Amino acid sequence: MPLIEFRSVSHHFEVAGTTRPVLHDIDLRLTEQRIAVIGANGSGKSTLARMLNGLVIPAAGTVAIDGLDTSKQARAIRRRVGFCFTNPDAQIVMPTVAEDVAFSLRRHRLSRSDVDARVAATLAAYGLSGHSDHPAHLLSGGQKQLLALAAVMVTEPDLLVLDEPTTLLDLPNTRAFADRIRELDAQVVAVTHELEIVEDFDRVLVVHEGRISHDGTPTDALAHYRKLWA
Amino acid sequence: MSSPLGLYVPGSSPLHRLPAGAKLLGLVAAAIATHWISTPTRVGLAALVVVVLYVVARIPLRVVGDQARPMFLFAVVLGAFQLVVAGWRTAVVVVGVLVLLMLLATLVTLTTKTSALLETVVRATRPLGGIGIDPERIGLVLALGIRSVAVILNLAAEIREAQWARGVRLGGRTFAVPLLVRSLRHADALGEALAARGVDD
Repeated sequence: MPLIEFRSVSHHFEVAGTTRPVLHDIDLRLTEQRIAVIGANGSGKSTLARMLNGLVIPAAGTVAIDGLDTSKQARAIRRRVGFCFTNPDAQIVMPTVAEDVAFSLRRHRLSRSDVDARVAATLAAYGLSGHSDHPAHLLSGGQKQLLALAAVMVTEPDLLVLDEPTTLLDLPNTRAFADRIRELDAQVVAVTHELEIVEDFDRVLVVHEGRISHDGTPTDALAHYRKLWA
Repeated sequence: MSSPLGLYVPGSSPLHRLPAGAKLLGLVAAAIATHWISTPTRVGLAALVVVVLYVVARIPLRVVGDQARPMFLFAVVLGAFQLVVAGWRTAVVVVGVLVLLMLLATLVTLTTKTSALLETVVRATRPLGGIGIDPERIGLVLALGIRSVAVILNLAAEIREAQWARGVRLGGRTFAVPLLVRSLRHADALGEALAARGVDD
């Protein structure tokens, strides 16, 4: 598994002329396969996730994936780190399902037949084979999120970052999506409010007011999180 | 919701198999050939050709209806204007030529995958690379433009529903402002997603 390192990471946003701190002095070494990040809205967990593939560069400190600094080696980082957003509509670029998955491979210097084969295999793996030529905007919410995941996984990333991927899904689709995540060989960092799906993760971080307030097993972390808001 | 902009209808007809570049050139040739369509009889003959092409492409009648509907209002307004200022023959020729060309353009998009159209555009604009214009970027802009139509229509429908639910009367400002704000938010999120997918790499 890739080694994820946060070294003395702090960050803030400028909002209407004022500085709003988001993360305070985070130090982490993550090597487990499935890591969950939970916390209240505005706690800083999405910012932490966005730092993993260089979408947010920390104001202080460094974030590294297997020694690659996200602030200096963005291209290498993005080849290794896939990112799945909350709203799949913002992530789907091409009009049809197969075209959107193929879009992820456009810079991989593959032949047309290789691209077609990888797209077909990925769509089959995510239960979307029957929709390959369908307009992406006509898919259901669950299918759109699977498409967003397929479009990331077709590039075979070493690390997959999920930012609240089940927020817009109903219970059956949430469970189906969680099952897909369980089957992945890649390392996964999932930011979520869906406490049920993190119960079998290897490690759970609780983010509270910009700090890691707990870091441990799912049972302990969930108990800590519930106590925070009791 | 039906597919806006005549998005691809899967099929294996001769028109589906024809390369995208050939279809685009055919469309340009058809536009040039409209100079020859100067009488209602010729409009009728051209219409017959278009109908035959739709039959050959095996486009379902429902899809044809979906695509033709937005042209109807335009045709009625333009036809009425031409009828008043230039007579019925000119009205038939002007409206007929424009509607037939739009139907042909729609047939191209109905029988061609967007990715194939974009590849053709990228190939055709490759010489512009010499003056610093990135052809891949042109293709991406077109793809995002096509995709954004569906997204904006969805946003508009959501805003309409939300305002009806709250009993707010739809007006220019109460509709346009939230649509603009949500479109800009979507553009922000899309930019972030493109960066995550390595578009700038």
